[in-house]
Order: sequence, then C-alpha cells, then structure tokens
Amino acid sequence: MIELQNLTAGYREHAVLEHVDLCFPEGNVTVLLGPNGCGKSTLLKTALGLLPPLEGQILYDGTPLSELAPVQVARRAAYMAQSRGIPNIEARRMVLHGRFPYLPFPRRYRKSDHEAVDRALQQADALELAHCRMEELSGGQRQKIYLAMALAQQTKTIFMDEPTTWLDVRHQMEVMRTAKDLAAAGKAVVLVSHDLCLALRTADRVALLSQGRLVQVDTPLHVYESGTLDKVFGVHVCRVCVNGTWQYFCE
Amino acid sequence: MDRNDTRGIFPCFLLLAAGMIAAAFLSLCLGAAALSPRELLAVLCGRGDASAVSILLYVRVPRTVGCLLAGAALAVSGAIIQTVLANPLAAPNIIGVNSGAGLGVALCCAVLPTAVNVVPAAAFAGAFAGVLLVLFIAEKAGASRITLVLAGMAISGMFSAGIDAVLTVFPDSLIGYSDFRIGGLANVSMDRIAPAAWVILLCLAAALALAHEMDVLALGTDMAQSLGLRVRRVRVLLLALAAALAGAAVSFAGLLGFVGLVAPHMVRRLVGGESRRLLAGCALVGAALLTLCDVAARTLFAPYELPVGIVLSLAGGPFFLWLLFRRKETHA
Repeated sequence: MIELQNLTAGYREHAVLEHVDLCFPEGNVTVLLGPNGCGKSTLLKTALGLLPPLEGQILYDGTPLSELAPVQVARRAAYMAQSRGIPNIEARRMVLHGRFPYLPFPRRYRKSDHEAVDRALQQADALELAHCRMEELSGGQRQKIYLAMALAQQTKTIFMDEPTTWLDVRHQMEVMRTAKDLAAAGKAVVLVSHDLCLALRTADRVALLSQGRLVQVDTPLHVYESGTLDKVFGVHVCRVCVNGTWQYFCE
Repeated sequence: MDRNDTRGIFPCFLLLAAGMIAAAFLSLCLGAAALSPRELLAVLCGRGDASAVSILLYVRVPRTVGCLLAGAALAVSGAIIQTVLANPLAAPNIIGVNSGAGLGVALCCAVLPTAVNVVPAAAFAGAFAGVLLVLFIAEKAGASRITLVLAGMAISGMFSAGIDAVLTVFPDSLIGYSDFRIGGLANVSMDRIAPAAWVILLCLAAALALAHEMDVLALGTDMAQSLGLRVRRVRVLLLALAAALAGAAVSFAGLLGFVGLVAPHMVRRLVGGESRRLLAGCALVGAALLTLCDVAARTLFAPYELPVGIVLSLAGGPFFLWLLFRRKETHA
C-alpha cells in the first residue's frame, strides 16, 4: 500500500499542498476531488516520485520512496497521465512500453511480456485496436490503449489523472467501470476527477482537497452528508435514488 | 517489435541500403576525372592503371567514406536531438551543436596545431557544450519549440563569433576556413577521417543499443519516469552521443548543415517513429543524401567544384521553411 505521511508538495519550494496524511488501500477506488488548482495532480505526481516532496514522506509497502529505484517504483505503481504526446507507433507497441520496468538491458521482449500485453489489451477491451497506429485512434480508443499500457505494467496501484477528459459520456462511464473492476480485482485505483457526480458514484473513498489542504477522507455518502462538498465547490450537491443506486447532481 | 510489422518494413530498408550503395558507387566513379564501372572494378581487383588507383585510393575512397560517415553521423545526431528535445525543428546545425563543435576544432587547431587525433575530442567538447546549453534552456525556461530553436540560433551565433575571434588571433589555425565554415569534403584523407570514424561507429552502435530508452523518452518526461526510466541521466547520455556524432563529423567535414534536419523527417515518413528503425534509417538516408549532394557538388559545374555545404543549404533551407510553414498550418 502507498501511504503519504505529513506530505507537503509543490514546485520549486512553492508549496501547493501542505501536511497531507493519506493512504491508498488496495481493493478501493480513491477519488481525489477538489476545485481547480487545489493540487490534485501535484499530489499524484509527488506520490509517484515525479516531483520531489518538499516535506514529509511517501511509503511504498512501508519502504520510503526515496530508497526505491525508479524501476522498483514503476513495478509498484502505474500512471495514466493527463496529457501525453502521441507517438507515431503501433498501439500494441505502445502497450509493450508498459513492460519496460521488467526488461533488463538490452530490452528484448520475452514471451511472458507478449502474454502480459495480450492480457492487458483484452482487459482494456482494446484487442481490436492492437495493430492500429496511435495517430489514427480517437480520444476514447487512445485512452483504452493507455489503460492497457498501465495494466501491462502489472502494478498493485494505478494512478489515473483525469482519465475521463475529452471522452464522451459513454466512454467516461466505461473508464469508471474499469476503475471499479480493477479495484474489485484487488488493485488500488487512485483517480483525479473534475466530474463531481461521476466521481461520487464511482468512488469507494473520496479525498477532498481545498486550498492546499486535505479537508476530508471518507466514503462518498459521508462526504456528501457532511456538507463539505457544498462549501468546497460552492454548489449545492443533491442525491436521488435511481433504479436502486444513488445518483448525485449539482444545482 | 511485431514480426508482421518487421516483414513489412524489411523491403523499405533494403531499398534504403541499395540507395546508399548506389550513391557510394556514383561517388567513387564521378568527379573531375570520371572512372567507368569497368575501371573501378579493375582497380578493386588490383588490375587498374596507376592513375586510376591513385585517384581512387587517395581521392575518391576517402571522400566517399567521409561522406557516408559524416552523413550517417549528422542524420542520427539530428534524430536523437529531435527526440530528446521533443522538437522536430531541432537539428545539430540549428541549435548550435555544429558551431560548438566548430569552435572546439578552431581552438584545438590554434592551441595544438599538430595534434590531429585530438580534434574529434575537441569537436565533441564544443558540441556537448552547445547541446547542454540548449538542454539547460529547455529545462529551466520550459521554452516552447520555436523559442528553443531561436535560443539555439543565438547560441550558434555566439559560437560562430567565438570561431571568428580565434581566427582573428590565430589566423593560421584553420587553413581553408571558408571551406570549413561552409562544410566540404574536397580535401579529406583517411588519416583525418580515421579517429572520427571510430567515434562515429561506436556512437552509432551505442545509439542503436539505447533505441528502446529513446522510445520511452519520446512518451514525455512524466510517462518515461513513471515507467522506471532515469530520464535526466538518459537524456544527457543521448545528447552526449548526439554531440559526439556531430562533433566527429564536423572535425573532418566542417559545418555541414541540414542533413540532421532533413534526414530524420524523411525517414519518419518512410518507417515511422520507432527509434531503432528511425536511427537505422537515418544512418542510411543521411549517408546517401550527403554522398549524393557531394556528387552533385563536384559534377554540376565541372571542372569547378562547389563545397557540398552550399548544395545542402540550397536543398535544406527551403525544406526547413516548408517545415515551419507546415507546423504553422497544423497549429492554425
């Protein structure tokens, strides 16, 4: 499990987030919620070691992140970035990059790597896209390939930064369903989202960030009932029961 | 790499290799005194007349080998720089790598005029200084693609001023300076090429060995790091290779422009963006391109000869402008 202890994170000595204590348990979808600029992506990047923490520490299964080599981190946590370049390569080749942390020099793919990629493509429902070029794929199809790449990394934790950006409603719901499936399979899924309603519907745990602080960590129901969402976002969040499940909307 | 995909790309590489061999063949045959294929074959079999043997051994072979090596080195250097800086407009001559190497060569010739073997090392030092300056600007200023190119041009200008300063103080340090500045292979000898040739061959092998790292780096800094790549270290290592390749080429061929820009773009269209193919393709296309331009330079206005750098600039300049306008249209 990944734990953040008294973490202060930011850029070049400028703290964006201060004194955050948070863990990402396996089998759960943890959604980081908060208004623009509250430090959700900064938190994600710092937890992955992409940004150095300004204070506090990050533990991977009890081991400080600073003591782990980048490859060891990559075998424990995968990252679906918010914005990425689109290389002029085949989708399958892209997914194969997910095996990079397991390849010793001179980086020859083994049978087991190809098998892991096939499984990841299947799990991400992207098998039929395998031989398309990345440039030719739509936003939703690319997202599937990036998900397959993260799955090919075979980590216990997956960080997703705004995975539903640029996607239509159906694809947004598909991504969220996949996040739930991954958590059900025992992975820790950490997700940054701007879509309050979709996030509340999907999350097992919500970590609410505001003005550089972690305000609350709890189940969506408790966070909703506390009224903190209304204060943080400046909207009124409502809840209705549709076909036996709780749906959230804002007014 | 997918096996089906590899089969599809194989004929393309065969074609590129054939093109390079054909260019080398033309380069061996054509010049002020043309050799027929039969004469060439006779010399290769040890049966040629003395003048043909002399022309081939002391003029054509060094020049052809120099063209092939310098073209391959500059093209691969350009491909590496474009990938590492994530900037398709970057190339050794545009971001100050070539002129950095040129300053290194000028300083070396001024201070150690007899130490020919040190010239590639001096060229590497200058090229590496240039490439690190550009990397520093890219990392610290978060500069946009065009800003980076402009910064590279400013660095290039400063290095060129440095070369001029060295030549003012030590006027004899670079004999045939004008040829060096334009770039040309008219007076190369195997002795001058040999030290640089080793550097180029070793660096080409090292670059191919690091192709996978280049592919991961091309995904962007965050993605590459999250896949376990030591981004900063690999970046500096790749740029050092690019600098060594460009520096080695500059040490005997002068400040050749545009091969490093044109070849990677041509090859990407032919074989895609995967680094191992890109680098191998660049080596073949760069070698063929420079050799063909050199053949054109020595035959177009025969018996007069143009420095190959002029031909390259005449062809490469419009290509660079086309690239700029195409990007502008794409982003409009």
